[in-house]
Amino acid sequence: MESPTHSAPAALERPDGRSLVVVEKTLIAASVVSIRLRRIDGGRLPDWTPGAHIDLILPNGVTRQYSLCGDPADSGEYRIAVLREAAGRGGSRFIHDLLAVGDRVGLGGPRNNFTLVPSTSYTFISGGIGITPILPMLHAAEALGSRWRLLYLGRDLSTMALVEELTVGSGDVTLHPASERGRIPLAEWIGSYDEATKVYACGPARLLESVADATRTWRPGWVRSERFTARTIDEPLRATPFEVQVFGTDITVGVGPGTSVAAALRGAGIDILTSCARGVCGTCETTVVSGEPDHRDSILSDAEQAAGDCFFPCVSRSRSDRIVIAV
Amino acid sequence: MTITDAHTVAQSSDDPFSAEILQDPLPFQERLREAGSVVRLQTYGVYAMGRYDTVRSALLDWQDFQSAAGVGMTDFTREKPWRPPSLLLEADPPHHDAPREVLAKILSPRSIRELEPVWADDAERLVDQLIEGPLEFDAVTHLAEAFPLRVFPDAVGLPGSDRDHLLPYGDHLFNTFGPENFLVQQGAPRAPELSAWVNAQCSRESLAATGFGADIWAATDRGDITPAQAPLIVRSLLSAGVDTTVHAIGAVLHAFATHPDQWRALREDPRLARRAFDEAIRLESPVQTFFRTTTRDVTLHGTTIPEGHKILMFLGAANRDPRRWERPDAFDLTRDPSGHVGFGMGIHQCVGQHVARLEAGTLVTALARRVKTIELSGPPSRRLNNTLRAWESMPVRITLE
Ligand code: HEM
Repeated sequence: MESPTHSAPAALERPDGRSLVVVEKTLIAASVVSIRLRRIDGGRLPDWTPGAHIDLILPNGVTRQYSLCGDPADSGEYRIAVLREAAGRGGSRFIHDLLAVGDRVGLGGPRNNFTLVPSTSYTFISGGIGITPILPMLHAAEALGSRWRLLYLGRDLSTMALVEELTVGSGDVTLHPASERGRIPLAEWIGSYDEATKVYACGPARLLESVADATRTWRPGWVRSERFTARTIDEPLRATPFEVQVFGTDITVGVGPGTSVAAALRGAGIDILTSCARGVCGTCETTVVSGEPDHRDSILSDAEQAAGDCFFPCVSRSRSDRIVIAV
Repeated sequence: MTITDAHTVAQSSDDPFSAEILQDPLPFQERLREAGSVVRLQTYGVYAMGRYDTVRSALLDWQDFQSAAGVGMTDFTREKPWRPPSLLLEADPPHHDAPREVLAKILSPRSIRELEPVWADDAERLVDQLIEGPLEFDAVTHLAEAFPLRVFPDAVGLPGSDRDHLLPYGDHLFNTFGPENFLVQQGAPRAPELSAWVNAQCSRESLAATGFGADIWAATDRGDITPAQAPLIVRSLLSAGVDTTVHAIGAVLHAFATHPDQWRALREDPRLARRAFDEAIRLESPVQTFFRTTTRDVTLHGTTIPEGHKILMFLGAANRDPRRWERPDAFDLTRDPSGHVGFGMGIHQCVGQHVARLEAGTLVTALARRVKTIELSGPPSRRLNNTLRAWESMPVRITLE
């Protein structure tokens, strides 16, 4: 493939190590590419735990979420695996067809709505590209000294990514390509409720419904799932400066693409106490009075982000031309 | 005393856990910073770092500098710890992940927001009571200890009695991160009794139906942590949450008592209370030190620390490193203290920092409302601890509006 030349829009020139560069792109299964990302300056990436995803801000401006499937102990590199969805809205097609080694992308998060909680044993179920958040969980389960087994469902073997990486220690892996084996009696495979076992499932909605059906009588919290098609943001990220107004004053500060809101305010003599400067610790939580925050933190849930009533100016920005905050 | 050699690691014969250096660690910390990025402490055969950059990178780098072998001088891989290790402080990923996730939610700014009016009220009542008495008093017992002991155990949900056990327990715990010196020996006789008392507070039955403790136990019902983990996580709050805050409040009170202009500035703009607390933590670093253990040979600025060695990170020295801070020894409310390492940094960064800020913020605000001037009325005296920088007593005189 010829390397396309797109000049990274200004929105990708993110401060504080929030722009990443694609260092490897490999086809690892039919229609699945593995992408490895590093910080432009080579520095430490924000820490993450198994089950976490990042927001990827693509050079065409759209934002997509992908589960991290590398090693959380590797502070220098993120890995994601992306399925080409022909019928999707263009994020995965862009990644497959246009994104090239050396291109820059913006980073949001990482955030984790699918954390691995302690258990004596785990039953992992993944469908298709839903294997991505599960892979780091297998390693964690090993390190925690827990028993585990994995059921990996797919259309056929050629479409099932990461298969060769699943033999991790002591776990029992069942590959189930539907083309060869037909439907699997899922309820039977999962078995009955057992206090010592937790179920983690990731895959298409249909699979997750079947898992939910098979575990109706289980204790909530003992069965956890994540759909791999998470929230997407389609409108392009703003590549232009925006203004931050301090509520109740006539102080307005312009924020260019290369600085954080906290830094811009600091430059104008308004200090907001920050601590981790990575959107993790929550120290700089700031009330948003009006305007639409562009959340990049690792703290708020989807619902809290959608509420738009606060943000973390060490990493988060604005979608609207002007955002009014109370300090 | 430091001898530097171009080919070997800088050496220091100072004993940072001696009474003399604990009494006034600042000259030693300067020698340490100037000696190099990494210095070997000959007394103990451990490595030390005091420069901001190095300390900060070591705090962030949990991969190379682990906590599970203990964050004190004792190497848990060789020696049995005196109490079951903490599931947060003394754990590495992935074991650290779930307890941290649970506690971070319970202690997040949003979750504790509802405590603000309650604590603001408590602070006002404490100050009102105090100013009815003599206007000369010991700020350590009457404020720095009194306020956290009044609000924090309630917030956790501890039953009423014997709360004064918390301070000596924490004092001993923080001593045990150092060598087995005179301070550890002094605390040892009471340690089993205090430990047993603390452990007894952590069960579901002994905790109130609401509060941080109950929230931790509720997480076991959702499967977020196991019932075996819950009491140890409650224990973390009781270990790490009391003495630290007491000495941090002592630090901010001392700073104001010795900087009348800064007190005036605060009275003019009470919103400075929050910054004042973090600036006092930067200046005083109530938690002075923590250890890490190398998981491989690590080379920093040309010095190689071999695998399996203890490294002592001087948060206090980093917070006064002139390479990072202008006029590092000044208590200055026009400074932005963001980025200080008094709460640590990285995955172990203090999960209780918002609680500490709320406690101190409500107390300092209540004081600023009523107290016109605050000054020392006699020489304050230090309480020595292997980890904490603390005041034993601080006589102050106040005047009112
Ligand atoms: C101003 C007061 C405080 C100071 C200066 C302080 C300082 C620190 C520091 C430096 C660390 C990092 C330890 C490391 O890196 O190994 C830490 C961790 C911790 N702190 Fe605090 N702390 C304070 C108040 C509190 C409070 C009020 C609580 C509880 C509500 C608390 C609970 C904890 C816990 C549980 C950890 C371990 C976190 C982990 O390892 O993930 N601290 N604290």
